[in-house]
Amino acid sequence: MESAEAEPSDSRPEEDGAAPRSGLPPPEQPVATMEDCLAKKMEITVSEAEKRTGRNAMNMQETYTAYLIETRAVESQSEGQCAPVDSLWRRYSEFELLRNYLSVTYPHIVVPPLPEKRADFVWHKLSADNMDPDFVERRRIGLENFLLRVASHPVLCQDKIFYSFLTQEGGWKEMVNETGFQLKADSRLKALNATFRVKNPDKRFTELKHYSDELQSVISHLLRVRARVADRLYGVYKVHGNYGRVFSEWSAIEKEMGDGLQSAGHHMDVYAASIDDILEEEEHYADQLKEYLFYAEALRAVCRKHELMQYDLEMAAQDLTSKKQQCEELATGTVRTFSLKGMTSKLFGQETPEQREAKIKVLEEQIQEGEEQLKSKNLEGRDFVKSAWADIERFKEQKNHDLKEALISYAVMQISMCKKGIQVWTNAKECFSKM
Amino acid sequence: MEAEGRVPGPPLPPPSLGSGGEAEADPDPPAGSPGAARGPLLAAAAEVLALDDEEDDLEVFSKDTSLAEVNSFSPSMPISPSSMINQYKFEDEPELRDLFITVDDPESHITAIETFITYRVVTKTSRGEFDSSEYEVRRRYQDFLWLKSKLEAAHPTLIIPPLPEKFIMKGMVERFSEEFIETRRKALHKFLNRIADHPTLTFNEDFKIFLTAQAWELSSHKKQGPSLLSRMGQTVRAVASSVRGGVKNRPETFTEMNDYMETFSQKINVLDKIAHRIYKEEREYFNEMKEYGPIHTLWSASEEDIADSLKGVASCIDKCCKATEKRMAGLSENLLPILHEYVLYSEILMGVLKRRDQIQGELDSKVDALANKKPEKDLFSEEIGKLEDKVECANNALKADWDRWKQNMQCDMRSTFTNVAENNLRYYEECLATWESFLASQTVDLHVEEDSEDKP
Repeated sequence: MESAEAEPSDSRPEEDGAAPRSGLPPPEQPVATMEDCLAKKMEITVSEAEKRTGRNAMNMQETYTAYLIETRAVESQSEGQCAPVDSLWRRYSEFELLRNYLSVTYPHIVVPPLPEKRADFVWHKLSADNMDPDFVERRRIGLENFLLRVASHPVLCQDKIFYSFLTQEGGWKEMVNETGFQLKADSRLKALNATFRVKNPDKRFTELKHYSDELQSVISHLLRVRARVADRLYGVYKVHGNYGRVFSEWSAIEKEMGDGLQSAGHHMDVYAASIDDILEEEEHYADQLKEYLFYAEALRAVCRKHELMQYDLEMAAQDLTSKKQQCEELATGTVRTFSLKGMTSKLFGQETPEQREAKIKVLEEQIQEGEEQLKSKNLEGRDFVKSAWADIERFKEQKNHDLKEALISYAVMQISMCKKGIQVWTNAKECFSKM
Repeated sequence: MEAEGRVPGPPLPPPSLGSGGEAEADPDPPAGSPGAARGPLLAAAAEVLALDDEEDDLEVFSKDTSLAEVNSFSPSMPISPSSMINQYKFEDEPELRDLFITVDDPESHITAIETFITYRVVTKTSRGEFDSSEYEVRRRYQDFLWLKSKLEAAHPTLIIPPLPEKFIMKGMVERFSEEFIETRRKALHKFLNRIADHPTLTFNEDFKIFLTAQAWELSSHKKQGPSLLSRMGQTVRAVASSVRGGVKNRPETFTEMNDYMETFSQKINVLDKIAHRIYKEEREYFNEMKEYGPIHTLWSASEEDIADSLKGVASCIDKCCKATEKRMAGLSENLLPILHEYVLYSEILMGVLKRRDQIQGELDSKVDALANKKPEKDLFSEEIGKLEDKVECANNALKADWDRWKQNMQCDMRSTFTNVAENNLRYYEECLATWESFLASQTVDLHVEEDSEDKP
C-alpha cells in the first residue's frame, strides 16, 4: 500500500527557478532577471499629492488625497531625446487594491508593504492627521518606494495588472476585479485554523514565523522609544532658545558684557532652531525601519500560506487513509474502527453482498481520485516551498543590505548633528569668553 | 526664529584666534590653552607684584577653591577656564593672599532636643592678628547665620555674600540627604572665601572669632552684643525711616544702581529657571536614551548578518548616554549653583540699596525736622554733621563694593558660561568620536565584502 501520509515539504533540487504551478498564475511566464526588471526599463515616480473631494460609494462627500504617478520609458543610449512622460492619478485605496491582488495572486512572494495608512509612532510635533502635509509627503515617498520595490521584483514586475496600474488610467479597478482574485483569497478563519492544527510544517517556515514575530516586536519597540527620545531631544534644544531672549534683555543693562551676551544669545537661537531639520531627517530613517516592520507581516503571510497548504495536504492524506481503511474493512469484513454504520449493520443485519460491492467500488474510485489529488497537492506544496524559499532568500539579502545601510545613514545623521553642535558651542564659547 | 524687539548686536566676529580689533596691550589667548593663558597672567603678575620668582609666589595660592573669585582689578584680562581648573588664583591687591579657608567633613550630631549637622572649618593663615597659623573648628548652619547678621549690622552698605537657604522648596530635597548637605557645604565654603577675599570684611572681628573660637567661646561671644529685642527695634525704626525718606534725595548713581538691580534681578531669576529646565530636559532625555541602546542589542540576537552593526549602534548610543550624564553633572556642579548664588545676590543687593536709603532717610528726616526749628539749629548741626558723614561713608563704601561686585559678577558669568559651552563641546566631541569610529568600522566591512566579491 502506498504511503498515504502527507510528506513533509522539502525542496527538490532538480527544478530551476521556474514559476510555481497550479493555482498560481501565470505558469508560462518566466521569472525576470535583474536586467529585465521593469524598474530598469521604466522610470517610475510618485511626484505629487493633491487633496480631492468626491463622492464615495454611499454618495457622501469625502476628502481624500490623490497621488500622481509618472512613468517614462528609459531609452538606453538616448541622444538627448527623452521619452514622453505618462502620468495618472491614483488614491491610496487603489494602491491597497493592487497590493491585495498581488498578495493573493503570488502567495509565495514576500510582497512589499504599503506605507502606513494612519500616522503611527508619532512624537509630539508630528500630527496624527492624515491630511497633515508632512504626513502626506512622507506617504508620497513611501508609495513611490512601494512601486519601485514591485517594479524591481523579478516575479512581480511581470504582472500585467501592475503594469496597467502604472499606465492605464480608466477601467483599472474593473480589470482587477475581473481577475476574480478575491475568490482565491483564503479566509482568515481557515488560515487561523490551519496554523493551530497543522502537524508537520516545514521547520524553516516555523523558524521564519518566529523570526518575523521577533522582528515585528523589536522594531515596534525601537520605533516607540525613538519617538520618545526625539521628543526629549526636541525639548533640550528648544529650551536653550530661551537663553537668546534673556541674554538680549540682560545685555541691555550691561556695558562690558553686553556684546558677548547678545551674540551668544544669537548662537543659542541657532542651536534651538537646528533641531527641526535634524529630527525631520530622522523621520526618514524611522520610515525605513517601518517598512521592515510591515515586511514582517508579509513574511507571516507567506508562512501562513504554507501552513494552509500543508494542513490541506495533511487533511487530504488523512481522508485518503480513512477511506482506504473503510474499503479494507468492507472487503475483509473486519471492523477495526468503530463506526455508526458498522454498529447499525450489526444491529439491523448485514448488507447484501451487492450493496457491499457497490460501496467498495465507490470507495475505490474515491481512493483513486484521492491519490491523484494527494500527489498533486504534494507537488504543489513542494513547489510552493521551493519558490517561496527562493524569494525569502532574496528578501533576506535585501533586508540585510537595506537595514545595514539604514544604520549607517543613522550614524551619518548623528555625526552631522554632533558637528553642528560643536560649531554652535564653539561660537558660543567664543562669545562667552569675551564677556 | 526671529526674536522680536531685540536690539541688534554688532556683527559677529568670525571665530578666530585672537580677539581681533580690540585695542589691548595683551592679546587674548586662544581659549582652552592653559599655557598661553598663564603667559599674559604671569606677565601681568610680574608687573603688579614686581617679584622675581613669579612661579614660587603663585604656588602659594589656594588650591582648593572650586570657582575662581578672580581678579576684579583688571577685567580686560580674560581668564581661561582651564587655567582655573589648575586652581591658581590671582589677587588684585598687592598683598598676597594670607587666609585660606576650607569647609568640609559634614557630621551629624544627635542630642535629646535636636539633630543637626556641623561642618569642619579649617583656616590657615600667616596674618599677625591671628595667634596661631592654623585653626580647626566645627560650625553649624546657625553659626553661619549669626556671622552674616553680624557682618550686615557692622557694614550695612557692604555687599555681604549670600548664604545657602535654610530650606529648598524646589526639588523636594530631604533635609539631610547627601545631595543637600553637599550642595550646602560647597555654598558655605564659598561664603567664607568670599568674605576672606573682601578687602574690608576680611578684617572683621566677628569673622575672626568665627574662624578661630572653640564652640563654647563662640556661644559666649554670641550672647554679648545688642539683644534680639533691641535689634528688632532698630530694624523697625530703620524700615519706618526708609519708607519716609531717602528716595527723594537719592543721588543719581544709586537710582541707576536700583534700576540696574531690578532688571538684573528679573533676568537672573529667569536664567535660573531656564537652567533648571535645561537640566530637567537633559535628565528626561538621558532616561529615554538608557532604554534606546539595549533594544538594538536585543534585536541583534535575532539577526546574523546585521548583528554586528546593530551591536555597534547599541554601543554608540550607550556611550552617548554616558556622555549626557556627564553633561548633566557639569550643569549641576557649575551653572546651577552660580546662578542660584546670584539670585540670592540680587536680593542682597536690593537690601543693601534699601539700607543706604534708610541711612540717607535718617539724615533727611533730621534735616526736615531742623527746618522747622530755626533757633535750635546749632544744637542739631553737630548731629546733622555726624549723619552727613555717615551717609557719605555709606555711599562710598557701597560704591566701591558695587564696582567690585560687578567685576566679580562679570568674571563669574564669563567663566561659568564658558564652562557650560566647554561642557557641551566635550559632550558633542565624545559623541562624534563614537559615531565616527562606528562608521569607519562599517565601511571597512563594506570594502572587505567588495574585495571578496571581486575574487573569482
